Parts: sequence; structure tokens; C-alpha cells
Amino acid sequence: MITIHINDKAYQVENDQTIMQAADKLGFHIPRLCYHPKLSIEGACRVCIVEVVGMRNYVASCAYPVSEGMKIYTNSEEIRRARRDIVELILDNHPEDCHTCERDGNCELQRLAFAMGIRKRHFEGEKKHYEKDLSSTSVIRDPNKCILCGRCVRICSEIQKVNALGYAHRGFKTVVMPAYNMPFKDSVCTTCGQCINVCPTAAFVEKNFTQELFGKLGDRSLIKVAQIAPSVRAAIGEAFALEPGRQFEKELVAALRKLGFDHVFDTQFSADLTIMEEASEFLERFQGRGKLPMITSCSSAWMKCLEQFHPDLIENVSTCKSPMSMASALIKSYFADKIKADPKKILSVAFMCCTAKKYEASRPELMVEGIQSTDMVITTRELAWMIKSAGIDLLHIKGEEFDHPLGYSSGAGTIFGVTGGVMEAAIRTAYELYTGETLLDIEIQEIRGLKGVKEGKLVIDGKEIRIAVAHGLGNANEILNTVRKDPERYHFVEIMGCPGGCIGGGGQPYAGSNSMPLDEECLMKRAEALYGLDRNKTIRRSHENPDVQRLYKEFLGRPLGPMSHKLLHTHYKAKEPRGIIPSELTVK
Amino acid sequence: MIVSDDRKISELKNFMREAKSKEHPDSQLISILHKTQELYGYLDQEVMSEIAKEMSIPTAHIWGVATFYHYFNLKPTGKHVISVCLGTACYVKGAEEILNSIRQELKIDFGQTSEDKLFTLQEARCLGACGLAPVIMIDDKIYGSLTPKKALEIIKSYRK
Repeated sequence: MITIHINDKAYQVENDQTIMQAADKLGFHIPRLCYHPKLSIEGACRVCIVEVVGMRNYVASCAYPVSEGMKIYTNSEEIRRARRDIVELILDNHPEDCHTCERDGNCELQRLAFAMGIRKRHFEGEKKHYEKDLSSTSVIRDPNKCILCGRCVRICSEIQKVNALGYAHRGFKTVVMPAYNMPFKDSVCTTCGQCINVCPTAAFVEKNFTQELFGKLGDRSLIKVAQIAPSVRAAIGEAFALEPGRQFEKELVAALRKLGFDHVFDTQFSADLTIMEEASEFLERFQGRGKLPMITSCSSAWMKCLEQFHPDLIENVSTCKSPMSMASALIKSYFADKIKADPKKILSVAFMCCTAKKYEASRPELMVEGIQSTDMVITTRELAWMIKSAGIDLLHIKGEEFDHPLGYSSGAGTIFGVTGGVMEAAIRTAYELYTGETLLDIEIQEIRGLKGVKEGKLVIDGKEIRIAVAHGLGNANEILNTVRKDPERYHFVEIMGCPGGCIGGGGQPYAGSNSMPLDEECLMKRAEALYGLDRNKTIRRSHENPDVQRLYKEFLGRPLGPMSHKLLHTHYKAKEPRGIIPSELTVK
Repeated sequence: MIVSDDRKISELKNFMREAKSKEHPDSQLISILHKTQELYGYLDQEVMSEIAKEMSIPTAHIWGVATFYHYFNLKPTGKHVISVCLGTACYVKGAEEILNSIRQELKIDFGQTSEDKLFTLQEARCLGACGLAPVIMIDDKIYGSLTPKKALEIIKSYRK
């Protein structure tokens, strides 16, 4: 412990930390912009400067370590003025279109300008004039809004290890862009959307389909069918300024009906179905028919990552479609038959926590009978906006139940949204399929939580099954390299593209004014919302879902049967451009 | 396919192999890009992608370095690169007139290549030959104490 002085008061703090970290713990929130606790220190924005007595210049508190006897001023008049000038200079080059900007109301730059007390503008700076990149199915890049904080570049290279983004050119002309300034859609971007999550402004936003959807909801000739992913209900409250952790399952069903949907289904139902197929596929492989370890395939960003970065492991990946695409395929076949409707007249909309699902929906492999199975993917953020825009009072609405036959789910389907959840759900079912006995201890703690790579073991009928779970594509690399070196090490691997799994998806609500994007505490609360839903269900194993059983009896036959293969399974192929996984030597 | 030029790509690959054996291969990128420009005259995207694979450096990062330095050409250059110095000394001694006469003669501007693919025009900020101002550099040869007329004569000599 050392003694430092902040604003003339002495405090005992730990050594080996930055001024900002020490100040945070003492309740001094030093303003900041480019800093993110999960990413390397950039020190680019200079917003977090403080005065340290004896130093010639102000220092960036995010990068400067504390030392014994240090005297720090975080809020003197000079430092306030300097900080305000810095933010003003950023604003001088920033488009003045806050009132029509997508991030209006939840923009970090806007909040900062307010907190700095900037109430008028003194200078008119040079503005940037670049074309927006609208090419991607999922992510829009708008360099005019970019303040070059570099969080997107860092999350893409350090957490996701995709390296789709870099800084090109220099000085005022610096632009964050993919290699060769190629359209986003042709780059190695996996469409995970984490750049959107960490962007303080609107330099990255999702491709928005809300207006188009409002238009289609008014079309009386269409049968409007919705499905909701687990993680949407676990996070949407945050977009209504609530603390994380409250789930809105039944309220969302009611809200979607009010928006004009004729049938509201649950992606958790098809998550149960995914488990039936995936657990069966795993047992096939485990008994010598197919490659091990088997790797899960639910995460769309991971799918694109696989095809670009790890094509040598394609055979290891489960052929199961994601729960979204399974539900969509059934909506336009099984369900269309049931209501005697032309599948072409069905509008199938998926409400997802994910931007990559927008990409997944466009994959030609997932078409059913020549038509796209998911017509539109709407993120949690877009849905929150639609609900507000339509004047629906989500917080006080009376909850409603999902529709049949694709709306009932077990607790196993619910926990799909959390890292480790697919594995846990699969084990709950695989155990019983293999042994004929019911697994009693169904909460598998060793694969819960936010550790990057989790490993576990279980014994099924005297045989050891070794499992591993990774969330975030960077952590996935780690497991995949282990698989390459030691193919026997695991039998079953779960990979989710985003930190925390789907609950940390690229389409989730922006961080509120007092938290950071991808804050672990927030992720844990979202996870707890889903674990709570699971605990409160009487049916917690996918194979016990009566609607899933009926679906097999009436329509699919059996897991991995011919109908399943036609509707519920897909394939992957190597894609260009081939992604480069940086060696530890070459990139910091 | 530019990378199908066996001689150049194998020379570049040898260069990279050597770079990788050095103590800090991560600091070798710029020298590899220099070598590429020496071989090809510019940094071709296909070649940069080859460098990415060979060195395990993401293309977005290579592109960042390639665009940061003005020295690197991102488009094919003509057979000869003419750099017109616009540093203070040259400017005072009439560099602009020399530049204008070359522009008119070759019908190109900075960063462009003449139609016959013989010349690429570039701007230089100082070539360190202020005593000879105004100067131009063609490839790696300096020509000093120029007048517009002299400059055009020199260019003519490259056409033969």
C-alpha cells in the first residue's frame, strides 16, 4: 500500500495500478473516452488527463501509474478547462447532427460534452466527408462520426482476434477501415458487432431494418411470425433505463403482438430442437461415426470465422443449423402446413441479440425450397426502439404466453444464451439418450461463468467425456489451437462468438450512463436472468419438451432422420479472404 | 496474377524467411514493404496478402503501415519516377515553374502515371540538395540548377 493525495486528501491505495484505477475505487470518476477496461491502453483521446504535482504536463490517468506521495488533482479549474477544450476540439470535427443521429441519447461523446459543461461552440472545425460503408449485411461503418478512439480496432484485434479493422493513412486523414479499404462485406469481418458495442459514437451501427419492418407489419396480405432469442428478454430492460438482470419474456410476447405479429414463437423451442439433433449427432460421433471433438455451430459470427480462419476444422463442426434458422425453416414448412398457408406469404422475423444473425439469414445454404427462411433479423436495440416508437409501455404491459406449436421451451433452451449453456443443455439430454437414465445434477458449474476458456469432465456410462467452452472469438482460437495440437484432448467443444455468449451479443442495448459496454457485472446479471428462468421451469431437459416430442412424431420422424437433414442441418465451406491469425511475435 | 511472377515472389519470400529468423520479426514489416516496392515498384494488394500469410500479420495492419508512409506507392508506377522537390529552397528558386512545365509535358498530376507508362510524378518535400535548387530526382538520380527548359530536355533523354 502507498499513500497518494487526490484533490488534497490522502488515501491509502495499492501499488501497481494506474491513477484512473485507483481513483475509480475511491469514487472519483475521471472522464474518459478511448479507455476500456478490457482493452489495451491507447491514451489517444487525452480526455482523462489529471494534474500531477511536479510533472511538467498533464498526464493521461488511464496510462500513468500511481506512486508513493503522488499529489493528483482531478478537478481543478485548469484541468477542467483543459479537458473541456479537448472535448470541444473533438466536437469541432464531429458532424453536428445529434438530433438525427442513431446514438442520440446514448452517445458517450454527447454525454461527455454535457458533463464537461460545453454549452456553446467556439470554433467550426474541418469536417470529414467519407462515404458510409453500407455493404455489410450487419454492420454499417461511418467514418464521419469516428473520433479515432480505436476501441473498435482494439476489440477486433485483442478480444475477437479477427483483425478486420486497422488505422489507415495518418493525421487528420486517419480512417478506421478494413484492409485495402475494401467493402466491409468482402473483408474478414465476422459481423459479430462488438465494434458497435464499444463504439462511443455512431461510427459503427447495425444495419437497421425497423422502418422496413414497420412497413411490412402493415401489409395485410402477409402472415407475420416472430421468434425471440433468449438473450433479448434478458437485456431489453436496459434499453428502458432499468438495471440489468430483469427478464421480460412474457412482456415481449405481448409487445410483439401489439406491434402486429400474428404468431409469436420462441427461439428457445428450436434451441431444444437443436439439442435433440446436436446431442444425437454428438453421440453418433462419440461412438466412432464422425470426427471428434465435435464443435457447436449456433453462433453465426463463429460460422464465418470458421470458414475464413479455420477451414481445416470444418469437419469437426456440428452440421446443425442455429436455433434461429431451425425455427425459421419450420415456420415455412411445418407451421405453414399446419395453418394451410403459402410459405411465400409468411414474413418470418427473428428478434436477436446479434448482428451476425443478419448475416446468417442471408446465407444461401439456409434457404428452404428456394426461399429465404428468415426474412428479417432485428436486434434487441432495434426492437427496443420499435417498442418505444410504437408507444407500447413495455414496463407495465400485461405478460402473455408464446404461441404453439413452436413456443414452448425447456430450461435447457433458455440457457443457450449464456456461454456454456449449449454444452450444459446438450449434456442434460445426451446423458439420458446414452444411458437411458436421467441426469440429476443438471447445473454444470464448471462451465458456467465468464472465464475465457472453461474445461470440464463428466462420466457417462463409465466413459469419460472431456468438454471445453470458449466465448469470444479470441478465446476460441485458443481452444482450436489446442484441438489442432492434441485432437484427443476434448470430445465436445462449445464456441460462442461474443464475450459472455449471446447475452454479450453485438445487438444488445448500449451501456447506460454509469457503465461500460461489456461490463462483466452486467453480463453476469443477464446470465442470472436466464439461469433464473431455467430454475423456475418444471421441464429443464430438451427431450422432455412435449412440443418437441410432438414435432418429431408428427413431422420430423427422428433426430438426424431425412426430414431433419433437409430442414435442420447445413454445411460450411472455406471462404476467401482467408483470415490471418497473428502470431504472438508479430502483433502486440 | 502479380504473385505468379516466380522470380520476384521467390526473392520476396526468401527475404521474409530471413526476416523471420531475426530477433524481432515484428519490426521487419517496413523493410519487407521496402523490398516489395523495390521488386514491384509499388505495393500490390495481392502481394501484401502474401506477406500477411507468410509473416502472420493481419492485412488490416499491413495496410495501415502501407498507407501511413507517403514513400510507399499503392498503385503501379511508370518506368521512371520523377520527384519534384517543393522544399523551401527549391520553391523559392522556381520549383513551381518546373513542376508546371513537367505537368504540361506529361499531362499528369501528382500521383499519376503518364499514358505511355513511362513516368510517374511525385512531390518531394526536400531531397537534401538545396545547394543545387531547384532540383528534381528521377529514380535515384538528382538533377540540379534546373530551368523549365533544362528539365524538359532531361525528361526527353529518358524517352530514348
